[in-house]
Amino acid sequence: MPRRSRLHIPHAHSRPGEAPDFSYLETSPAGAVARPDVNARVRDIGNLSIELVRVLDDDHRAVGPWHPHLDPSDLQVGLRHMLLTRVYDDRMQRSQRQGKVSFYMRSLGEEAVSVAQAMALRPGDMLFPSYRNQGLFITRGKPLVDMMCQLLSNTRDMCKGRQLPVMYHWTAGRIFSISGNLTTQFPQAVGWAMAAAIKGEDDIAATWIGEGSSAEADFHHAMLFASVYQAPVILNIVNNQWAISTFQGFAGGEQRSFAARGPGYGMAGVRVDGNDFLAVYAVTQWAAERARTGAGPTLIEHVTYRGAAHSTSDDPSRYRPKDDYEKWPLGDPVERLKNHLISLGEWSEERHAALVQELEEHVLESWKEAVQYGTLTDGPRLSRDLMFEDVFKEMPAHLRKQREQLRAEQGG
Amino acid sequence: MPQMNMIQALNSAMDIMLGRDPNVVVMGEDVGFFGGVFRVTDGLQRKYGEHRVLDTPIAEGAIIGAAIGMGVNGLRPVAEVQFADYIYPACDQIFSELARLRYRSAGEFWAPVTIRTPCGGGIRGGQTHSQSPEGIFTHVCGIKVVMPSNPYDAKGLLIASIEDDDPVVFFEPKRIYNGPFDGEPNKPAVPWSTHPKGEVPEGYYTVPIGKAEVVRKGKQVSIITYGTMVHVCEAAARSLGLDAEIIDVRTMVPLDVDTLCTSVKKTGRCLIAHEATRFSGFGAELSATIQEECFWNLEAPIGRVAGWDTPYPHAFEWEYFPGPQRVAAGLKAVMETP
Repeated sequence: MPRRSRLHIPHAHSRPGEAPDFSYLETSPAGAVARPDVNARVRDIGNLSIELVRVLDDDHRAVGPWHPHLDPSDLQVGLRHMLLTRVYDDRMQRSQRQGKVSFYMRSLGEEAVSVAQAMALRPGDMLFPSYRNQGLFITRGKPLVDMMCQLLSNTRDMCKGRQLPVMYHWTAGRIFSISGNLTTQFPQAVGWAMAAAIKGEDDIAATWIGEGSSAEADFHHAMLFASVYQAPVILNIVNNQWAISTFQGFAGGEQRSFAARGPGYGMAGVRVDGNDFLAVYAVTQWAAERARTGAGPTLIEHVTYRGAAHSTSDDPSRYRPKDDYEKWPLGDPVERLKNHLISLGEWSEERHAALVQELEEHVLESWKEAVQYGTLTDGPRLSRDLMFEDVFKEMPAHLRKQREQLRAEQGG
Repeated sequence: MPQMNMIQALNSAMDIMLGRDPNVVVMGEDVGFFGGVFRVTDGLQRKYGEHRVLDTPIAEGAIIGAAIGMGVNGLRPVAEVQFADYIYPACDQIFSELARLRYRSAGEFWAPVTIRTPCGGGIRGGQTHSQSPEGIFTHVCGIKVVMPSNPYDAKGLLIASIEDDDPVVFFEPKRIYNGPFDGEPNKPAVPWSTHPKGEVPEGYYTVPIGKAEVVRKGKQVSIITYGTMVHVCEAAARSLGLDAEIIDVRTMVPLDVDTLCTSVKKTGRCLIAHEATRFSGFGAELSATIQEECFWNLEAPIGRVAGWDTPYPHAFEWEYFPGPQRVAAGLKAVMETP
C-alpha cells in the first residue's frame, strides 16, 4: 500500500447527485456591519474584509449604516439594467444554440455587481472588465445592436471580426478592451489609475476578475502596485463560487476570504453581498470616494453565484448539483431588488411583467437589426483585408505582401 | 487493434504511466474531478486518486514552478496548460528555470516535467484560443518540443515524453483531437476510426522523441510539416496529383535532420508548412537547415506555407488558416521553378 499523502486537497461541498451545501458560507445579518469613515486607516477596518456588508434584509427592507438612500427612480433604473442584462443574456444564449453566434457567456446571478457599480461610479471613471461584465456596457448605455454586432463578428463589429464573442470594448463609454487571457486587466487598471494621479485628474479606475482568476500572478502584481502607490483604483473580485469546474477553495477561499487579501497588501478590503444591489452600490460609493480623495485603493469581494454555465462550451451538471443555484443562500439579485421596490410601494408584479416584455421586445428588435449587418454564416461580411490592419499602426511590407497573397488565393 | 481518437490515446498514455510509475503525477486546471475541458484526463482522478491527479488554481506560472519543485523532489509531473494561448504566464519558469536547471547546476538538479498543451485553430477560438506558439519554445535551449499528428503517435510520444528525464513541451493540435482534418471546414467531420493511425495498442509502447516519420513516400517533392498540417498537405498534394513525399516532423527539438535531408536530397524540391505565423516561425529553422545541408541538391528555392503574421482572427478563421489552396499554391511555386 502506498503511504497516505498528507497533502490537503480542497473538496467542493457538493457534487452532482448530492444536495447543495452552502454551510461553508459565512454571512452577517443585514445592517450589522459598521460603515467606517472613508478616510479610515486600513489597520482599523480589518473587519470589513471578514464580515459581509448587506443592506437588504429578509423582509426586503433596506437597513443599517450602509443603506445608500437612493431615490426609488434610481432603483427602478438599476432594476431595468439588471433585467435587460438578463434578457439579453438569455436571447444571446439561444442565438448561440441556433448556431448564429459561435460562443457566449451569461452573467446570470451576477447582474447586480456590474449594474450597481457602474451606477455608483462617475461616467469619467475608467472600467477594465472581465468577460462577465456585460452589465457595465448596458448600464453605461451601449446600444444592444453594437454589442450584438460584436457577437456576430459582422460588418459593424467594433472589433472588426478579430475577437471572440463577448470581448467588447467601448472607448467613448470609457470601457477597456476585454482580454481572453485572465487577470491581465488588473495591473493595467492600476497603471491607468496611477496615470490619473500623476496627471492630477480625479477620475478613478475600476477592474473586475473572478475569484478563480485571483490565482494568477497578475492579481498579486496589481495588489502590490496599487498598495505601494496608493493608486486611485477599485479592484473587484467577483466570487461566484466556481471557476470552471473548481470551486472557490481552489483559488484560496477555503482558509480566508478573498477580501482579506486587501489588508494583507496594506489596502482596504471589503466583503459584500454581491446579490444585494444596495450593498454593492454603497460599498462601491465608499471605495470610490476613498480613491478619489487620496485615501487609497480598495479590494472588494462580491460574494455571489455563477447561475449559468461558465460558457456555452461548458456543462456544469458534470461538476455541481443541478439545483445549486436555486439553493444559493443570498438569493437572486433581480428578485431581491424587485421585492424591495414592491415593499416601498414603488413597483408591482404587473409593472415588472410589463417591463420584462418591453425589454424582450427591445432585445428582439435589436437582434433583427444586428443580423442585417451580417452573421458568421449569412449576409454581408467584413473585408478580409481587415485581417492585416491594426497589427501595427502602419502596415509593414511583409503584411502588405501577405494581403496580396490572400487576395490571389481567394480569387481576386 | 483498438480504435482511439487522440483524446483517448493521450488519456491511455497517462493512465499507463500513472499505473507503471508511482512518481508520475498529473496536474492542471480542471484536470481532476472534471477530467479536463477537452476530456483528455477523464477518469484518471477516479482511478488514481486526487493526490496523483491534482486540480490546480488558475495560475500557469505556479503550475510549472510547482512542477519543477516536484520534479526536483523525485516526482515526474505531467502538467496541463489548458490552452497554449495561456502558457505565457509560465514562460519565466519554463525558459529561465525548467530549460536551464540541468545546465546551471552542472547536471545535479533537473526536473523531468512534461507540459501538455492544446494548440492551433480551426475551432472558432478567436485570437486567444487558437495560437501555435511552438516556434517560441524551440528557440529556448534545454527543452524538447513535440507535436503529434495522430492518435498512435500521440500516445507513444507522450509516454516517451513522460519517461524522458529532460523537460518536454508537448503540443496537442486540438482541431484533430477527434479526427484527421484536411483543411476543408465545410466537409463532414471524419473520425479517427477511418485512419490507420487511429489504431492504437491498449498497452505500453513508445514512439521515440527525435525521430521524424515519412508518412507518404514520393519522388517529386518533399513536404515537411507537422500537426494538423500533415493532413492538409496530404490532401493538397493529392488534389494536384503530385507524387509528394510527406514528412511529419513530430519532434521539433531535437530535430531529425537526417530524415528530412535524405528526402530533400532525393526529390530536390521542398515545401515547409505549418499553421503558426510565418515570420521567425519554426519553418525558418527548417528552411535554413535544409538549405545548409541540401543546397547542391535543390532544384528550386525552398517554399514556406504558414499562417499570416497577424493574430488569429475570429471572423476570418478560414482565410487565416493555411488550407489546401495555400498549400497547393506553395507546391505549384516549388514545382514550377525550372
